[in-house]
Amino acid sequence: MITGSGILKGLWTTFRHFIKTYLEDIRSGKKRYFTAEGIEMRRSPDVEGIFTIQYPEEKLPVPEEFRYIPFLVYDEGENGEKEIRCTSCGICAKVCPPQCIWIVRTTDPQTGKPIPQPKEFYIDVDICMNCGFCAEFCPFDAIKMDHDYEIASYDRIKEHIFDLERLSKPASYYAQIRPANFAREEAARAEKEAQKAAARKANP
Amino acid sequence: MSEQTGFQQVEILEKFPETLKPDTRPGYSGYIVEPQQLVEVARALRDEFGYDYLSSVTGVDYLPENKMEVVYHFFRTTGGPAFVLKTQVNRDEAIVPSLTPLYPGAEFQEREAWDLLGIRFENHPDLRRILTWEGFHGHPLRKDWKEPFFEEEAKPYKSRWPEGHVYRVEDKNPFHDNVQYPPGFDPEQWSPETDELLYAGLKRVDKSDDLLTEQVVVNLGPQHPSTHGVFRMVAVLDGETIVDLKPIMGYLHRNHEKIGERNTFLQNMPFTDRLDYVCSMSNNFGYALAVEKLMGIQPPERAEYIRVLMAELTRFLNHIFSIGFLLNDLGAFFTPMLYALEERELILDVFEAVSGSRMMCNYFRFGGVARDIPDEVMEKIRKLVFDRLPRKLDEMDYFITNNEIVRGRCEGVGVLTAERAIALSASGPVLRASGVGYDVRRADPYSIYDRFEFDIPVRYNGDIYDRYLLRLDEMRQSLRILQQVLRDIPEGPIMNGKPQYQVRVPAGESYGRVEGPKGELGFYVVSNGKPNPWRYHVRAPTFINLTSLAEMCRGQKIADVVTILGSIDIVLGEVDR
Repeated sequence: MITGSGILKGLWTTFRHFIKTYLEDIRSGKKRYFTAEGIEMRRSPDVEGIFTIQYPEEKLPVPEEFRYIPFLVYDEGENGEKEIRCTSCGICAKVCPPQCIWIVRTTDPQTGKPIPQPKEFYIDVDICMNCGFCAEFCPFDAIKMDHDYEIASYDRIKEHIFDLERLSKPASYYAQIRPANFAREEAARAEKEAQKAAARKANP
Repeated sequence: MSEQTGFQQVEILEKFPETLKPDTRPGYSGYIVEPQQLVEVARALRDEFGYDYLSSVTGVDYLPENKMEVVYHFFRTTGGPAFVLKTQVNRDEAIVPSLTPLYPGAEFQEREAWDLLGIRFENHPDLRRILTWEGFHGHPLRKDWKEPFFEEEAKPYKSRWPEGHVYRVEDKNPFHDNVQYPPGFDPEQWSPETDELLYAGLKRVDKSDDLLTEQVVVNLGPQHPSTHGVFRMVAVLDGETIVDLKPIMGYLHRNHEKIGERNTFLQNMPFTDRLDYVCSMSNNFGYALAVEKLMGIQPPERAEYIRVLMAELTRFLNHIFSIGFLLNDLGAFFTPMLYALEERELILDVFEAVSGSRMMCNYFRFGGVARDIPDEVMEKIRKLVFDRLPRKLDEMDYFITNNEIVRGRCEGVGVLTAERAIALSASGPVLRASGVGYDVRRADPYSIYDRFEFDIPVRYNGDIYDRYLLRLDEMRQSLRILQQVLRDIPEGPIMNGKPQYQVRVPAGESYGRVEGPKGELGFYVVSNGKPNPWRYHVRAPTFINLTSLAEMCRGQKIADVVTILGSIDIVLGEVDR
């Protein structure tokens, strides 16, 4: 083999890569950049040429299972009141690997018995490792992983402990970011309700 | 193979009928030997019975019995299960003879055991702290050692629920900083004397000629772009030639194993992602295997296939990534790297869609995997495995393999012979490029690897170029396995039983090992029936592969050190743990 042919081969490869981007640009016209279609095109297994996404002008759509900081789901009542699903059972706080979840359970002031609702709920997002265990093991579908990954702030000490207010998001938001999961859970819940109703009818 | 090994073990027992006592604790296996006889038994194991590969050395602190146990896992490079040897000493004067003179691969592992558990190894050539810093107070893996901000022995902490009034742990520290100093210690006044000790421990050459030359000590790192993280090498140079070299690590140490012992079994899973953060799926695999062995459960068929699928995709992305980095280290600044990253990106998209995260996958569960692969993702994997990845791999091959500069810089550089590679407990591509065809997937099959048709590539020169070629070969074999997985993957459940957050793990010990992309990744887990492991040890492949770095570098030029380090393919998250 001639000395230098290996280097030439390598340069040919880089040249091809260089040219391909332009060819792709010409072939797909303007839609290759800054359109949803273009982003989809640039992340498919058939993509050729450079496929950098120009963040923040362009954003990669995240898949349904994508998980970031958890949030608490609430159902909206008839008058727009928030019916938080959390019963403060504490499973999420127990399963959390870095122990970033803090829950204060509500107690009845008269009897001192616990009421299934969180009085306070905190997540220290500096400590959260986004593992998703809380969402995975919550028996009430009350805590779910978010898709919003742009949560940078200026004050680490004040703003990085999320409280109940900041954590609560409506079920409609959940349905929007995780449609398949939401549909599956709703179906399971409806089935359970039906079973309960049937059982009640059978022995009133 | 197991029958043959059983026969061998009988022979070993016949040779040492008095010394080797079977470990009869429930759930335990192996043999216990008195520290005085340890070296004798180990020598016989190596020289007469073919257990030439000392895979893992670690200690366990049995505080209630006031005992410190050192656990050795010996393997034969011809394959087969482990020979587990243990020795027990008093906690207060834990002195065990070192096996480093017999098995040089034990060097760093024994230093680690000294550092973290305070077991003193007699006759060790260089028994210094390795992961914690020189002035560190105490031995953190001892059960009576408490970390700063210590809250409770085991998670979940009681302060979180039901009266979980939040506080930031830093606010409780008068120093407002995550540091605990020993009494009377002033960080401002301190300078590392141990560096002088370290420099004194390095070899020099005798100069008998008249030329007046001086040997210089050069520190490469810890802040150096070529070290793949925060990693330091101290080299003695004679001109440009390396006379001796010592790696110094631990800058990223976070005491992963102590955290693991505070965690419950399941809580450890996301922490394993953070070991070798390039291949989190493989880490999950090893840990899941170790705990499943203890629990005595098997994942369902489809989950097994998914596991192999993920592990082999991980191997592909790790190897292409490391080749890209190797070229970076050679000076081909970022062009090959970015070509590699493009393919990695597409695989990471798959991981993200399946597990929810690109790198910190946290995908495996005991008895299965977290969720099923959606159909459209399966389609994408098919496209990648059957079409794109083979094509891009060939392009990479064409792009780099015959490049004269690559060959000139890599051929014959950083050679590790087969005998030394085995003795130094090297594993993975480093071992196989030195001519030893030892791969856990074939030598001691786990999961369903015995069903697939694939070869274990071996290269014989043991230099950087062979390590590069071997990674190419392995990627081809991974694709072969992946194609078979995609052909055969059955439908069915992906989880054995209902997912549980508090798994019941019976008392006992287990050593689960997988062939990770970087080498043999082992997890040694001891359970005492409680919700959290009593001992959780990681046999980190790149940490142990670094034992052979000095050997590879001696006699080479200083400029090649960077490339040699690149060819070992280290990840500091795993080295420093």
